[in-house]
Amino acid sequence: MIEMDEIQKRILKEVADLHDVPEGAYNIRANGKSLGRESTENIEIIPRDTGDGLTIRIKPGTKRESVHIPVVLSESGLKETVYNDFYIGEGSDVVIVAGCGIDNCGVQDSQHDGIHRFFVGQGARVKYVEKHYGSGDGRGKRILNPVTEIYMEEGSSAELEMVQIKGVDDTNRVTKAELKAGAGLVVRERLMTHDEQKAISTYSIDLNGEGSNADLVSRSVARGSSYQKFDAVINGNAPCSGHTECDAIIMDRGRILAVPGLKANDVDASLVHEAAIGKIAGDQIIKLMTLGLSEEEAEEQIINGFLK
Amino acid sequence: MLELKNVSFGVDGNDGGKEIIRDVSLTLPDDKLVVITGPNGGGKSTLARLIVGIEKPVSGNIYLDGEDITEMSITERAGRGIGYAFQQPVRFKGIEVFDLIRLATGKKISSADACEYLSAVGLCARDYIKREVNSSLSGGELKRIEIATVLAKQPRLAIFDEPEAGIDLWSFGNLIDVFAGMRRKIKGSSILIISHQERILNIADEIIVLKDGRVSAKGSREEILPELINTSVAVGYCNGVKGETADD
Repeated sequence: MIEMDEIQKRILKEVADLHDVPEGAYNIRANGKSLGRESTENIEIIPRDTGDGLTIRIKPGTKRESVHIPVVLSESGLKETVYNDFYIGEGSDVVIVAGCGIDNCGVQDSQHDGIHRFFVGQGARVKYVEKHYGSGDGRGKRILNPVTEIYMEEGSSAELEMVQIKGVDDTNRVTKAELKAGAGLVVRERLMTHDEQKAISTYSIDLNGEGSNADLVSRSVARGSSYQKFDAVINGNAPCSGHTECDAIIMDRGRILAVPGLKANDVDASLVHEAAIGKIAGDQIIKLMTLGLSEEEAEEQIINGFLK
Repeated sequence: MLELKNVSFGVDGNDGGKEIIRDVSLTLPDDKLVVITGPNGGGKSTLARLIVGIEKPVSGNIYLDGEDITEMSITERAGRGIGYAFQQPVRFKGIEVFDLIRLATGKKISSADACEYLSAVGLCARDYIKREVNSSLSGGELKRIEIATVLAKQPRLAIFDEPEAGIDLWSFGNLIDVFAGMRRKIKGSSILIISHQERILNIADEIIVLKDGRVSAKGSREEILPELINTSVAVGYCNGVKGETADD
């Protein structure tokens, strides 16, 4: 039986939509220790000898199974770096739910740096969901620096849903991907920063195989005095197709820097970048006000929809 | 009942101020369908925006049921029963058709409730309810969804700015059914439509002609319409569906 306090339960709900112990394979890490772990017949979760992460092996052909590996930090001043390696067997089809929540009521900074590497086998499909969340009213910062590396074999596909909506003071996200022939990568990033927060999100995607493709869409909102940088590079090294899109709303005194980068190293590489930054369109607010919403409610609805 | 008393509105231009609405006074009685017509640039859309509260008059007053709403916000006017369908509907990334209809009703609704409003504007609800109100929808689809949001709001005074423009394959007859349905369902409600279309003018109880920011004629359809026929103000159906829209 896993013992969690109310704060830990609340954070777990925010980052992994979990009310209780999940079904299937899981590892719940809280304040640097594993609170509970369960492997299944097809999914093996092995702790690293050094205690700073996991190796997760998914058998070839595993279908419709999931792995949950949420992390909760509720002690102020805790700093950790965790290494998780995922080996996703050929032809499997799985969902991996990660996510980290920090509740910091103290004065010291709390920091979790998760380094996740995915080795996606031939023809395998994986959906990876990562939610980051911060709470607590302490002066100590809540810092998350995730590194995600994906190595995709021929004909494999991966969908990454990465969400950071609230409460993370400082984040430096790095995502790298290498795709072989026929592999497909879809990334959906949702980011909102507020107050004095800072978020940097860097992508480097190498399309190395014929017919590989990547579609990266980031939607973000910068409120308060927060700052965001979106830096996405797609390298087309073969006949391939790539698309990146940065769609951002700025409010208050928020600032956003979008750095599009496309590099075509093959004459048959087809790469597209779109970037748009601006405040909420006045007509959108007016329309919702004519339906009876206040200006603030209208803004909230527009942002909620945008980040959905 | 809506009353405008000596309402004027202008904008600052490079060559000094430009007056768009000049000393307009008019009354929209309850339970009437009133069409405002007139040449492009005559101030029709501006007048609608003044009533909705998107623009504020530089002088004059607007009363709804005797209450002065001149200084009220858009939200406050919406709360008092004014609804408005944009000439060019707004797109929203991420907001679904269902969300917009739910917000318009101001309460929790089921998919079946939302479907009722979409069906009324000739959209197969199942195909649209989960669609985002974004650029994946055609202009005609957006226009009909816009009308559905006003239906869902059930306003006592509904204002439609060129509702017929761009409704593509849907027919005028259906649009007119929508207006008739609103009048049946909302007791004492009035409808204000901005249009050049003869077929819309034909269903009006009263017609107001706005020209150069002034009311140049007003009265019952029987009085006004014969004077308008075959002038540039009223265009026939065939001209209308070729895409004649006003941009004032």
